[in-house]
Order: sequence, then C-alpha cells, then structure tokens
Amino acid sequence: MDAVRLVELNAAYARIIDNERYEEWPGLFHDPCLYKVTTAENLATGLESGIIYADSRGMLEDRISALRQANIYERQRYRHIVGLPVVTTHSQDVAEVETSFLVVRIMRDGKMELFATGCYRDKVKPDANGALRFVERIVVCDGGRFDTLVAIPL
Amino acid sequence: MDIGHHEPTADGQHGGWPEDSLARVPYWVYQDADNYARELQRLFEGATWNFVGLEADIPDKGDYRTNHVGSLPVIVVRDADGAINCFENRCAHRGALIAFDDGGNVQNQFKCIYHAWSYDLCGNLRGIAFEHGINGIGGMPKDFRRERFGPRKLRTTTLGGLIFATLSSDTPPIEEYLGAEVLGRLKRVMNRPIKVMGRFVQALPNNWKLYVENVKDTYHASLLHLFFGTFRITRLTQGGGVLVSPDGGHHASYTIDKAEDAQTTAYRDQGIRTEKQDYKLADPRLLDTVEEFGDRIQLQILSVFPALIVQQIYNCLAVRQVVPTGVDSMELRWTYFGYADDPPEMTKRRLRQQNLVGPAGFVSMEDGCVGGFVQRGIAAAGEQVSVIEMGGHGAESQATRATEASVRGFWKAYRHHMGY
Repeated sequence: MDAVRLVELNAAYARIIDNERYEEWPGLFHDPCLYKVTTAENLATGLESGIIYADSRGMLEDRISALRQANIYERQRYRHIVGLPVVTTHSQDVAEVETSFLVVRIMRDGKMELFATGCYRDKVKPDANGALRFVERIVVCDGGRFDTLVAIPL
Repeated sequence: MDIGHHEPTADGQHGGWPEDSLARVPYWVYQDADNYARELQRLFEGATWNFVGLEADIPDKGDYRTNHVGSLPVIVVRDADGAINCFENRCAHRGALIAFDDGGNVQNQFKCIYHAWSYDLCGNLRGIAFEHGINGIGGMPKDFRRERFGPRKLRTTTLGGLIFATLSSDTPPIEEYLGAEVLGRLKRVMNRPIKVMGRFVQALPNNWKLYVENVKDTYHASLLHLFFGTFRITRLTQGGGVLVSPDGGHHASYTIDKAEDAQTTAYRDQGIRTEKQDYKLADPRLLDTVEEFGDRIQLQILSVFPALIVQQIYNCLAVRQVVPTGVDSMELRWTYFGYADDPPEMTKRRLRQQNLVGPAGFVSMEDGCVGGFVQRGIAAAGEQVSVIEMGGHGAESQATRATEASVRGFWKAYRHHMGY
C-alpha cells in the first residue's frame, strides 16, 4: 500500500479533529468498523475494554452527537502531531499499519498540555470509490491515566 | 492554595462547623491541608474498610498487586495457604518501596531492591543482606531483632471477590460495617466470580470528597448528565430510591423499571423515540440491555465508606476506587468487569455499554469536571457553607432520588470518624 496515501489519511484524520469538524470523522471509517481507545497496559495484559468502544459507524456518529448535544465539559480542542505510518502486514486489500501520535489539549483559558501519546494500530482498506478508510483504529495510549475527561476522540 | 489563617482544632472548630446540621458543610473541608492530613489518618488509616483490590487479580500463590489506602502504599498478596495479606509497601530498613510495579508474581518472597532485605508473603522481615558482615566485620549488631521491624500489617477481609483492608483493630466485621441493606445490594452484584475487562485511571482536579459526594448525589444525575434526556431515554415511569446505612457512610441508589418496560424491545421503542428534536442514537445497540439480576433494577450505584464505588448501569459493571493525591487532586481508578461465565455476546454487550462510564463515558464524563468546577468556585469561600437540604435534614433511606439523604449520610459518617 502506498505510504503517501496512508500519510494523507492520517493527515485528514488529524485535521478533521483539530479543526473541530467532528461530523466528518465517522466518514473516515468503514461500516462496520472498530474504533477503540485503550492503553498499552490493557493491550499487553489482554484486557479488551476501551474508554471509547465503537463497532459501527453509527456508534461513531453517536459519539459526535453526544459531544455536540449532550455532554458538558469546558471548551477545549486538540492538536495532533502524527508520525509516519509503518505497514506491518499487507494482505489482499487490507494493510495493518502502526503510527505514533501525540495530542496536545488546548483549554478555554489557553492552557496547553500534553494530553496523550501513543500508537494508532490500524487496519486500512479502500472503500468502493478507492478512498482509504479505517476498518479498525485502536488508539493505544502509552499512559493509563486520563486527565479530567476525554470528550473528543483521540 | 494557602489558607493558613484557618487553624483547625481537634473539635473541628475552624471557623468551625457552622451549625449542628448535616445539611451544611463548610468549604474549608475541601481546601485545608491540616484537615486533609487528619483525613488520611482518621478515615483511611482509621476504623474503616478500604478497598485494595480484587480476588480475581491475585488468583495464585505469590500473585500481588500494589495499591493505596489513602496515601499509604500497600501490597496485597496471596500466600501459600490461599489467604490474602496486605502490608505497607515500605521497607523496614530505609523506607523504599518493597514492590514498585502494579503487580505480578513473586513466588515466596519480596525483596527490596535497595539493599536486598527480604519479606515473606505475610510482610515479615526474613532476610538481611550481609547480616553477619564479611569475614566477621560489619553486619548488623548481634542484638538486632528482625521481628521488631517490618512494614505495618493491615487486616484483610473479602466480600464477593472484593478485598478490603484496615489498619485499625476496631473496625467491625465487613457485614456489620456495611449494614444489612447495603450488604444485600453489594452481594446482588458481586454474586459470582468476575473477570476483569479493563483498567483506567482518571486524574481529577478536585478534593476527593467532592467525587464521593457526587456519587452519592442522586439529585444531580438527570440534571447534569443530559445524555439520557437528550436522546429521550429517561422515562417518567422509572421508579427508584436510595438506601443509606445506619452510620450514614454507605449507600445504594437504584432505578427500577416497571415490568412492562423491562424488555429490551420496549426499551428501544420508547427510549429512542424523539419528541421535539431529531436526536436519536444512530446505533441503539449501545443500550441493548438484558435483565441479569432478576429484579428489574436497571441501575445501581453503591458506595462503601470512605472511597469505593460499585456500579451496575444496565449490563455495565465496574468498581471505582477514589485515591486522594493531595488537597485538591485525586485519582479515580476504574476497573471494568464482567462475570467469569459470560458468553461472548454478553462480553460484547458490556464492551459497548462501557461507553456510558469512565473518563469518556456518555453519562459519567461530566463527573470528571464538575468537582473541579466546585473546587475553583469555592476558592475564596472557605468560611462559607454548602447547602445540602434536598429531601430534608436527615440521612435515612428514601423512596425517591430527589433527595440528598446519602450525601448527608456521608457527612454523618465523616464527622463521626473525624471527631467533628
């Protein structure tokens, strides 16, 4: 799989979230899919839970509806810095890809802080139009500790 | 924050407790460093049962986990007889942590890495490196008595797979400590072997009591947490109430559904229908719930004084441990679990419903920030009071959730232990 296309997919993902265009985020996934936010330790010890767990595009949409309409939190946004993707396996159309990330959270009052680092473990394949989309994105956070709350997807 | 002009005294007269009412709480209790130190000593290290882990985490001999009782670091370990021991995670020699990982297996002994002093699985000091020196020179004095030194030992007890520890010899048996009503509600959930599904830590910018009060506050749930309301899931048919233990410290709040609403399809049909807006769940499987306790209680939040919460929200089960880390900071340690005999579809259901709770939970996210809002709001109000009067002034069980009875219960137990 062409590394440039994976870089573009990751860049589009980060740009959508960082520019608060959350409604476009579910469109980067196939349906069904798996999006999960977990930690390196849970992964290492075989624990399946995530703090976010969505196995359909509908569940991703519900995440966004909730953060827009229902959930209450102090105004904040993210800045993603995403590393270069490494294709670990490639079979038929599906590539398994790992990409490191760093997310800075910018609060209402201007405070900027390192909010999360980790690795995206992805399964990626083209959709019917040939655009690369996530079959799976497991967000493996390096630390097991989340400050205050996680409203916006990582 | 420095509010050093408030000098606490043994009777809590700080500016003092404003009046002899459970419905008024002075804000200095969330701010004062001396009061915080007194809490660690009198609550966490006092005559209370503190949650320190799950039996499921340490099934075999030598399995251990590290944890905290307030600020006290502890080791919880299963010994050769299958018993569970808990002792201070502090080497008798120079005070270093004896175990510095989250857990593991140690076979027969712990060995401090600093000078290789070793401890058996009961926390007894067993080995001292170079105790007799080298070639007769150096080493420990001949009259050194090993048995006089060692980390402090805590008594342990287990209940439904939960492990509790106490430093005090006065703490009553756990069943008596909880009282019959709350005990029954705890056994309802912890009714058979569990399996841990995930662990997460949430760092909260507030005094630990603000979170514990929030958990006990049945009044806020439908007002702060708009997820259910926005998606038209809350129903007027729901009944519920709150049980408060006689000492006030423990509680169980519950939501019970009418029989005709208990089935999944009725839940979906009614819950997802919108009235004013077109908000609805795109994927209603989030709330695809099955009745697993046979009592139509959809939601039960239970607390054990001072710092444990056991939750059942539909099929989403978790324990939450409150760990104070300073006057205005705490950790909330989440352990999500299911039962050891869960079939795969139940595991999937729990994984989906876990979206409701935790640091990113649809219905618990706000609890992560609201304590910080209080902590910031009261910054200059140490001598002012909180008004906790919904449902009256008492701390008895009530058949409604529009009450702050269990919050007042917390303060009843708090003042008892603190001597206020």
